[in-house]
Parts: sequence; structure tokens; C-alpha cells
Amino acid sequence: MADDHSAAPASVATTSRDGQWPLWEVFLQPPRGAPFEHAGSVHAVDAESALQNARDVYARRGEAVNIWVVPTTAITASTPEDVGPFFDPGNDKPYRHPQFYSVPRGVRVY
Amino acid sequence: MPDSPDAVREFEARIAAGETIEPKDWMPDRYRKQLIRMMSQHAHSEVVGMLPEGNWITRAPTLRRKLGLLAKVQDEAGHGLYIYCGTETLGIDRAELVDQLLAGKAKYSSIFNYPTLTWADIGAIGWFVDGAAIVNQTMLAKASYGPYARAMVRICKEENFHKRQGYEIMATLSAGTPEQKRIAQDAVNRWWWPSLMMFGPSDKDSPNSAELTRWGIKRKGNDELRQRFVNLTVGQAVAIDLVLPDPELRHDAETGNWHFGPIDWDEFTRVVHGDGPLNRERLAARQDAHRAGAWVRDAAVAHAAKRAAAADAVAKSAAA
Ligand SMILES: [Fe+2]
Ligand SMILES: [Fe+2]
Repeated sequence: MADDHSAAPASVATTSRDGQWPLWEVFLQPPRGAPFEHAGSVHAVDAESALQNARDVYARRGEAVNIWVVPTTAITASTPEDVGPFFDPGNDKPYRHPQFYSVPRGVRVY
Repeated sequence: MPDSPDAVREFEARIAAGETIEPKDWMPDRYRKQLIRMMSQHAHSEVVGMLPEGNWITRAPTLRRKLGLLAKVQDEAGHGLYIYCGTETLGIDRAELVDQLLAGKAKYSSIFNYPTLTWADIGAIGWFVDGAAIVNQTMLAKASYGPYARAMVRICKEENFHKRQGYEIMATLSAGTPEQKRIAQDAVNRWWWPSLMMFGPSDKDSPNSAELTRWGIKRKGNDELRQRFVNLTVGQAVAIDLVLPDPELRHDAETGNWHFGPIDWDEFTRVVHGDGPLNRERLAARQDAHRAGAWVRDAAVAHAAKRAAAADAVAKSAAA
């Protein structure tokens, strides 16, 4: 989901090197009820300015009606090594799909 | 530790199958290094690219033009940020990349080392430079590295506005007074060849091309992209009555391409290696801007510290 950033200091830096400020992942909700989607990240001293930066960087043309900013360090993500075992339970259960069930020939189910 | 051949094989199979590589996925060390090099140069180019146009914001001829240019330059700042953010996913900090740029150790597109002498140059930049960038970035939007490709998708959506505002400036000047027409043609004469150089050396002379192509970072060669740009642009020039400065330009019925004359790669090499008209000025302007912005960054830190302290005090008094 969120892009992993290895450099994400947890506390506010005291130098002028803004790159050292904490990293926030930005999620935008497009208009008309679509789900939030990851857009990218911003560096900011606090949540409020992260929100403002996110608006300026990722929503200059009505791309969003809502923005979430989340400290990158607060995101727990699955790892690529897990991919097989972690998602397997979803892949080996064909009975979760409609095609698994038969209906009499010629009947419209949907 | 060198990459294990098995891991590299598996990685290349993923690329061949059209899978996207994501930040936490295993990748060859070279792939990571090539991406950091390429993406940071791209990000730097967006940032330095603001300078030639920024020069003209206060001198735009009308409010309409000023609004457009201001918005375009702001977009370029955004492009820089999208790509820096993507580069950081490879394990390098943006501050380090910015330091490299400010120290004069980083490369950026040499097109931005040419001067913007008249208002028509702003038109030529939007038309040619952003036009060339669209061709290149449309290809990069299919790059194998997910964060890079996604940044490109976002950027491509914005570039069309950049190109059209430039083309409109040129069309207007070309249809204007003789003097306006003259500066439009003069800008075309100066920007055309450097714009063709933006695609980089011919693939056979480009040390990185083969590797970038094998790993799906680049999906098309420099020459193919350059040709595509020429093919697109010729008709646009004719439509607004401006002449591309190339006596060899002619349509090749066999290939369907517009044949163009030889590119002066010596000039390209000179500019890349720091001997362009404005390399030093651009760097100095960037350093000044960074210094001049220091108080904003300091104020943000001070403000955040103050608010954190106030929130702390409220929490303590509530607990007491
Ligand atoms: Fe751009
Ligand atoms: Fe642009």
C-alpha cells in the first residue's frame, strides 16, 4: 500500500534541513465517493502543516475532497516475503466466488 | 555482498512478466543505484527548471499570462517533490539529494542552462521543453519501478497545460506585430536544437541505455523518443507559421518520419559538463533561494515546538 520510506525520523528536527522533518504519507479521497488512495508523501514539522503541504503538492486541481496524512512510521505493512503464505488463504477458496456454484441452464441469476 | 544470480534471474523474470517493483521488494543493487541517479536528476531538473521561467513571472505581458506562468512554475515545484518523494522510497533522504544539488555535484537537464532572453522564450519552453518532457514522461509512466511510474502518471496529467500555454504564447506572438513575430522565430531558433538534445545521446552512445531498458526503467530508446517529438512538432510549427531551424528537415515517405539534421553533441557535452551559458548562475540562484527560505523552515520548526509545548502543558494540567 503505502510506499515504504526508510528515512523517517520520529521527532521534529531542529535544523533548517527540511528533509529531516518527519515524513507523512498522503491519502486523497477523489470527489464522488471514491475510496481514499495513496498519493505520495510530504515532509512536515507537524500534522497541520503536513496537511497544508499535502494540499499544495497533491491537490491543486480538485483532485481531492478529503486528505489524510499519516506519519510514515505509524504504518504497518505486509512484506513481500510474506506474499505467498499471507495471501494464500484468499487464493485457495474458490467457494468464495459465484462461479463455484452451478445454476440450472438458462436461468439468469443477475 | 554481490547480488545472487538466482535472485537477479527471478527479479528479471518479474520485470519480463510486466510486474511492478515496489520499494520493499528485492532489487539488484545496480537497479537501485540507477534509479536513484535517474530519479534524482529528474527531480533536480524540475526544480532548476523553475528558474528560467521564474525570471519572467513579474514581466509577463498580461494578467492572464502571469496567472498561467505562475501556476506552471508551481506545478514544476510539485513535480520535483513527487519525484524526490519517489526517490526517498529507495532509501535516500531528500535533504541529501538537495545538498548534492546545492553543492553543484548533481546533474540536471542541461536545457535549463540556456538563457530566457525574451518573453517568446517562455512560449518556446512550454511548447518544446514541456512538449519533449511529455514524450519522455509518458514512456516513464510505464517504468518498472512503481513509485517512479506513479509520479509520472501524476505529472503527465499536468504537463499538457504547460505545453498548451506555451504553444498559445507562440501562436499569439507569431500572429502579432513584425517584432513579436521576430522574437517568436528567434526563440524557436535558439530552443529547437537544445530541446532535441533533451532526449540524451543516441542509444548507441548512451552508456546507461541498455541496462535501463533491460530492467524496464526505460521502455523506449532515446532516438525513438526524439523522433516521436520531431514528428509531433513539425505540424504544430507549420500551423502557427514558424520555421524549425533545420535545412535538412523533410518527410520520409518510406518510414513516415520527419528526417532531421545532425545534432551538435559537442555542444551537449560542453553544457552537461558545466560550460553552458548559465550553469553557474542557475546554481547560484538555487543556493540563494535555499538560503532565503531558511527563515521559513526555522519558523515552521519554532511554531511546531511551541504548539507541542502548549499541548504538553494542557495535558499536564489536565492530569493534575
Ligand atoms: Fe515538470
Ligand atoms: Fe512542465
